[in-house]
Amino acid sequence: MTHTSSYEPSTGIEKWIDQRLPVPRLIYDQFLAFPTPRNLNYWWTFGGILTFMLVSQIATGVVLAMHYVPTAEGAFDSVEHIMRDVNWGWLLRYTHEVGASMFFLAAYIHTFRGLYYGSYKAPREVLWILGVLILLLMIATAFMGYSLVWGQMSFWAVTVITNIFSSLDAVIPGLGTRLVQWIWGGFAVGSPTLTRLYSLHYLFPFVIAGVVVLHIWALHIPGNNNPTGIDVKSTRDTVPFHPYYTIKDGFALVLFATLFAGLVFYAPNLLGHPDNYIPANPLQTPQHIVPEWYFLPFYAILRAIPSKLFGVVALIGAIVVLFFVPWLDTSRVRSTSYRPIYKWFFWAFVVTCVVLGYLGSQLPEGVYLVLGRVFTAYYFLFFLLVMPLVGWIEKPEALPGSIIESVLGPEEAPQATKRSALRRRAQEPAL
Amino acid sequence: MTKPLLHGLAYAAGLAVALALPFGPALAADDAASATAAVNHEPSIESQSWSFNGPFGVYDNAQLQRGFLVYKTICANCHSMRLLSYRNLSESGGPEFSPDEVKDIAAQVQVTDGPNDKGEMFQRPGRPSDRFHSPFANEAAARVANSGALPPDLSVMAKARPGGPDYIYALLTGYRPASAGFQLAPGMQYNLAFPGHQVAMPPPLFDGAVKYTDGTKPTIDNYARDVAAYLMWAAEPKLEERHKFGALVMIYLIAFAVIMFLTKRSVWARLHGKVTHAA
Amino acid sequence: MADTTSATPAQHLSDEDDPSRRDVIMIAAGGFAAVGLGLGLWPLLDQMNPDASALSQATTEVDLSHVEAGQAITVMWRGKPIFIRHRTDKEIEEAKAVPVDDLPDQLARNANLPDNAPATDANRAGKDRENWLVMIGICTHLGCIPKGQAVGDPKGDYDGWFCPCHGSQYDSAGRIRKGPAPQNLAIPPYAFASETKVKIG
Repeated sequence: MTHTSSYEPSTGIEKWIDQRLPVPRLIYDQFLAFPTPRNLNYWWTFGGILTFMLVSQIATGVVLAMHYVPTAEGAFDSVEHIMRDVNWGWLLRYTHEVGASMFFLAAYIHTFRGLYYGSYKAPREVLWILGVLILLLMIATAFMGYSLVWGQMSFWAVTVITNIFSSLDAVIPGLGTRLVQWIWGGFAVGSPTLTRLYSLHYLFPFVIAGVVVLHIWALHIPGNNNPTGIDVKSTRDTVPFHPYYTIKDGFALVLFATLFAGLVFYAPNLLGHPDNYIPANPLQTPQHIVPEWYFLPFYAILRAIPSKLFGVVALIGAIVVLFFVPWLDTSRVRSTSYRPIYKWFFWAFVVTCVVLGYLGSQLPEGVYLVLGRVFTAYYFLFFLLVMPLVGWIEKPEALPGSIIESVLGPEEAPQATKRSALRRRAQEPAL
Repeated sequence: MTKPLLHGLAYAAGLAVALALPFGPALAADDAASATAAVNHEPSIESQSWSFNGPFGVYDNAQLQRGFLVYKTICANCHSMRLLSYRNLSESGGPEFSPDEVKDIAAQVQVTDGPNDKGEMFQRPGRPSDRFHSPFANEAAARVANSGALPPDLSVMAKARPGGPDYIYALLTGYRPASAGFQLAPGMQYNLAFPGHQVAMPPPLFDGAVKYTDGTKPTIDNYARDVAAYLMWAAEPKLEERHKFGALVMIYLIAFAVIMFLTKRSVWARLHGKVTHAA
Repeated sequence: MADTTSATPAQHLSDEDDPSRRDVIMIAAGGFAAVGLGLGLWPLLDQMNPDASALSQATTEVDLSHVEAGQAITVMWRGKPIFIRHRTDKEIEEAKAVPVDDLPDQLARNANLPDNAPATDANRAGKDRENWLVMIGICTHLGCIPKGQAVGDPKGDYDGWFCPCHGSQYDSAGRIRKGPAPQNLAIPPYAFASETKVKIG
């Protein structure tokens, strides 16, 4: 995005700082004046919501860390100490715990938005890859954070998931076991495991913040995608980010915060598991080890495959396949709004993810196992078969001539009419 | 205005259905319960009505005091509550004993303190700042005294079981003679609510076991209700504060949402006159 | 890509149609946001204040029934050692005999008295109980714990307490007499709840 900055410092201090370190200019150009398509719908507000959630988790996390005791003997009690004795401790803890769920809710919606509108397509491939990287870091961070409570679920989730690496013994004998003991810092999950999970859990959110900076930078080079999927063509297609999208994002954020607060204050343990209020007991496994809801689809995929090694491959593959989406999808148009056949497959994919989530909470037996396998198959087929084939075969609907035309209609945008009519005849792709 | 609104409603409805699908059973349950009971083929627990249920729920101080009495008289003989301190009993949002009553309650137990100047541990009467006295020195001692079974600590029990206080009430009132044909292991008791229907704890409550002084009938049913409510407070002492602040925060957020909506609409209205705007 | 520089935010912030109404709503929005930010910030700061378990240790009741004349006990209060000494008549006489003007620190340093109270023995010992001395057992030089509580401890030249770190010497009323410590041993807020019980804090 090459455009001259229109920034004029309005106060003496702004000018003084800007001359020495152009941060005021940067903020103005990238977050105030930044030309943003005028037709973004509310699915576009989740980027701002995610930024807020990252700040919220870091703020509550840093203060919780002032009271938490990261040892096997002290961890559970220290969390209860926070809940009972620390000023506002109950609020900080519940905000952080529910916040993790809200973070994933927003991240999944944000990701589905990207898939639907083709935001991963050229020239935004790196933007998409950075986003998947953030998702991966979030998964790791959330997993480590959950373990810190050192309840029964914490302990056994760590045991089960780290034991996954022992499946490497099937590839090279002894490798998996050595790797798992290296992760554990012992012969079983214990205090050394907890302390290293704590250290990394504190570190990763700042790594995420760094990747978020790259993510926004990569976004600002081509600029935002929009619901039509066609490029910005003129200044009539855009509005400055401030005040239009600062206010709109702010409104969406307040709505999101209302849901967040509703859970924190009235149902803080709804998304959690009672077993995690039982102190970790290495001699007793819970009846049903279940991860938090945001991991359930992946859990279902893991357990759908009969082989331990290939189950792990499928689990990792389910996330890794996301990295390749920009090249898997062969469609000439970005937005699914104009892809009549693909649309059905997309919504089937959304349903698949939700159903897999439900199946992940059930025992992998009987009809649940069968369904788990069916939907896991569709999960991978969607990426590996549907995306390449449907994009190639499908005839997309006619795209609007421009963004302003899509907003106001061809009558109101006289200059665009001729061009869009020409385009419709030629079926010219908008990319 | 209507088309985007309809779109918005459709999206919201879709989202709600998508979210509700996995959580349907959980949403139907109350604050402390979860859907785990239903999905894990465990006995279904009946919902009771509690003063602390719902967004405006509060604890009944008198009930919590009676519940503490039941705990102290009966349960405390085997079950520790080591995450609680005696001073919690006078804090607001709980049983709210007076500070003097709490001093007396604490002084009734002997607490190990020390080492003193001679290097010896010694016993002294409890103080409000002390943690609740545990009946056994450690897990091994507890198991020896209970035929190998470990009576669990009750500090967060109301959050550690699906059904929470409903479950605790059902367990305490769920003892029955085993039905014919049911294989009851030696030393175990048949119970309607306990997963697997066999529990090592013998029925702890019987009518008249605890002297109530406020006129409440000294029945098993009341004991079970009162101690379940007390255990809920023990697990969630900040519930009242949480509900109170929640109300303020929700009012604030809803007002804020209205203001933001009006601001958004007002700002975006500026575009209605501007098809082209100066570059 | 065509020039996509759109109008400046300033041009979109100004309003022709109804400036007063829109300004009001934006001010309200800004106000709500500021209030929310402030209220949200408070728990993040307040959580660092001493928590309920620390505050519960803020008052300690001590039973003195087994402390004989000439004996001393040390109890913890707010994480600090408190010297409680049951003084002998000899120790009391020695302390009373010292003129306040001879003392390096002439203030009582007693939290139960005004700041300017002089360091007379009456202002140091227990009110109406001159045989009891209650002090914070931390040397006012650099924070070591002086010796003198136990039988057999060095008590210095003034029959009181002796700090082994840098040689400060306190008398039988806990007042600094020799050495680098600048002040008398501090006396915490306390009161006798009965003949044999003292409440500190």
